[in-house]
Amino acid sequence: MGAELAIRNLHVKVEGNEILTGVDLTVRAGEVHSLMGPNGSGKSTLAYILMGHPAYEVDEGEVLLDGENILELEPDERARKGLFLAFQYPTPIPGVSVADFLRTAVSSIRLGPSEEGRTTELIPMREFRKEIRERMTELDIDHSFARRHLNDGFSGGEKKRAEILQMSLLKPRIAVLDETDSGLDIDALRAVADGVNRQLSSELGVLLITHYQRILNYIEPNFVHIMVDGRIVQSGGPELAHELEAKGYDMVKDLV
Amino acid sequence: MAAEAMKEMPDLAKVQEAIDQAVPTKGSEDTDDYQYGFHYPDESVFRSKKGLRRETVEEISWIKEEPDWMLQKRLEALEIYFSKPMPQWGGNLNALNFDDIYYYVKPTDSQGKTWDDVPDNIKETFDRIGIPEDERKFLGGVGAQYDSEVVYHSLKKELSDQGVIFLDMDAGLREYPDLVREYFTSIIPSADNKFAALNTAVWSGGSFVYIPAGVKVDIPLQAYFRINSENMGQFERTLIIAEEGAEVHYVEGCTAPSFSSDSLHSAVVEIFCKPGSRVRYTTIQNWANNVYNLVTKRAVAYRDATMEWVDGNLGSKLTMKYPSVYMMEPGAHGEILSIAFASRGQHQDAGGKVIHAAPHTSSIITSKSISKNGGRASYRGLLKVAKGAVGSKSNVVCDALILDDESRSDTYPYIEIDEQEVTIGHEATVSKIGDEQLFYLMSRGLSEAEASNMVVRGFIEPLVRELPMEYAVEMNRLIQLQMEGSVG
Repeated sequence: MGAELAIRNLHVKVEGNEILTGVDLTVRAGEVHSLMGPNGSGKSTLAYILMGHPAYEVDEGEVLLDGENILELEPDERARKGLFLAFQYPTPIPGVSVADFLRTAVSSIRLGPSEEGRTTELIPMREFRKEIRERMTELDIDHSFARRHLNDGFSGGEKKRAEILQMSLLKPRIAVLDETDSGLDIDALRAVADGVNRQLSSELGVLLITHYQRILNYIEPNFVHIMVDGRIVQSGGPELAHELEAKGYDMVKDLV
Repeated sequence: MAAEAMKEMPDLAKVQEAIDQAVPTKGSEDTDDYQYGFHYPDESVFRSKKGLRRETVEEISWIKEEPDWMLQKRLEALEIYFSKPMPQWGGNLNALNFDDIYYYVKPTDSQGKTWDDVPDNIKETFDRIGIPEDERKFLGGVGAQYDSEVVYHSLKKELSDQGVIFLDMDAGLREYPDLVREYFTSIIPSADNKFAALNTAVWSGGSFVYIPAGVKVDIPLQAYFRINSENMGQFERTLIIAEEGAEVHYVEGCTAPSFSSDSLHSAVVEIFCKPGSRVRYTTIQNWANNVYNLVTKRAVAYRDATMEWVDGNLGSKLTMKYPSVYMMEPGAHGEILSIAFASRGQHQDAGGKVIHAAPHTSSIITSKSISKNGGRASYRGLLKVAKGAVGSKSNVVCDALILDDESRSDTYPYIEIDEQEVTIGHEATVSKIGDEQLFYLMSRGLSEAEASNMVVRGFIEPLVRELPMEYAVEMNRLIQLQMEGSVG
């Protein structure tokens, strides 16, 4: 059975301010949902809370992955259940190579967690090297990229490509892509979108968070949701995104 | 750092693989993770009475059958030691009871030429640390000191055939008295500081290294310093002379048993880098948490010579150590890579000093410190450019990583520039291990502990990649052991 991520009546506060004010959304394997909304509407907060960022507290509601509430789980436990977040601003980890990091990450996901305080058992180097090279070739990433330090001094395009590279190796069941199109020129956008499209399957559900309609020309959603002031004010098919592109966020002002 | 001088850069993935195999499985509780805390019964053949007096010094010199000039140097140093006040500017030394220490413990009557000659307990100690195995695998020569004396020494024949001398310091004094007399205390005079004076008064063991002109020693020479006795003071003395165009990499490692009472390790190292020579001195110290480690290390570099200190400070209760390079002639280059890890009950006061005493000299100091579980790591460094040292260049970077709210990091960078025409860079960063970094790594399936490990490993990577493979593995392994149980 495919994965199902169900967000139910989610209320979230950050430093006392209510950012999410009751979000309901269900993403199933095989579906692509686009979550659109103006800046400050709470889209990225939703992404963080799904992955378990420690700075956010859930006030009310639940997030179910295959029927299990994951809100009490650590981020790594969620990752091992098949959840993935492509970060809008991937964090630099100086001194750690992309390859070293990804081998550890892939091993953690596939072979299970390390015993507390111990290093993870690692998948064989040869096998990993072959796999990462194939994925890099698909994403048009130079192989020397694997030796660079993770997100450290990466250009905007490199960061986003690296996120999609990670996604392709970690093979999530539900992927949340947070503003994966921001800061990309048209070539980079196309490469990233191609990378995502290649991974789409009946086994993967995608929540694509974006401010602009632009990326939807490359990754076609089944559903479009508009978020304003911390909740989803309108949902529809792909045509909703086009309407939004034409009219701007003013069109949903009255729905708030 | 000029990597071409050493072996090629280790492949970090390979390093990680080696660590995975090397690190024994352990529980996660935050107990004493120190794996070298064992000790064997004291079977020493002689130990001086506790405490330090003139007779102690005379006794040491008499046992060693030293020339009179050395005894006089010792006695003179003892007077200086007594006359200097206890330094109050660095770590807290007030809890150390200097009267409760054995200043000389002779473990055995003879030095082994083979490991079979070494008494069983001592041999077993070094087996457990892995010295004979390392010697077989990748070392050009080995000295092994146990308490006050070097109990084993070896040098590959092809090196001795080229005129390389690698002896313990006592043997150096016996066999090459003129060389020792010429260089001994010439960079670090007894009056330099209280602990240099102490070492000069009661020194025993250490290494004497002489590399003839033009000889390039391409495999490391290693000395290992082991304290076995309780309330022990270990005072090794090392002298390295690299003649013109010579090259050598000298490595020292140190461990001690975990005792409830304090021990003292106070070494002095003097290094001469003659024109065009290149010396690298690597320390991977891993003292037990009851050891006060107060060491003076200094090198002089002449025309176009390069001196590199790679200084890994793990363990000990208090370490005060600032390896320095005096650049005496144009083209001299000094480099200091320092790493310190301070955990509960530990204070690492470490750093380095570079002194530009001639024009067109260059230096780099890179310091990385990590503190966790209430540990305190301090960077203390000096950058001095003398009047007339035009065209000198120096870059100092010190980065501190703090793993939790209880821990502490301080930076004391002293900069004295008496010349206008110089290029100086100084950068210091202090970061707490970031929630954002941990969250990012954990979102990829890494446990919190594994994520912290990875951030720390990345933090020290610029230093570790300078080490030959074997030491990179050892350094990463030690850091990982320090990290275990550090979360939560």
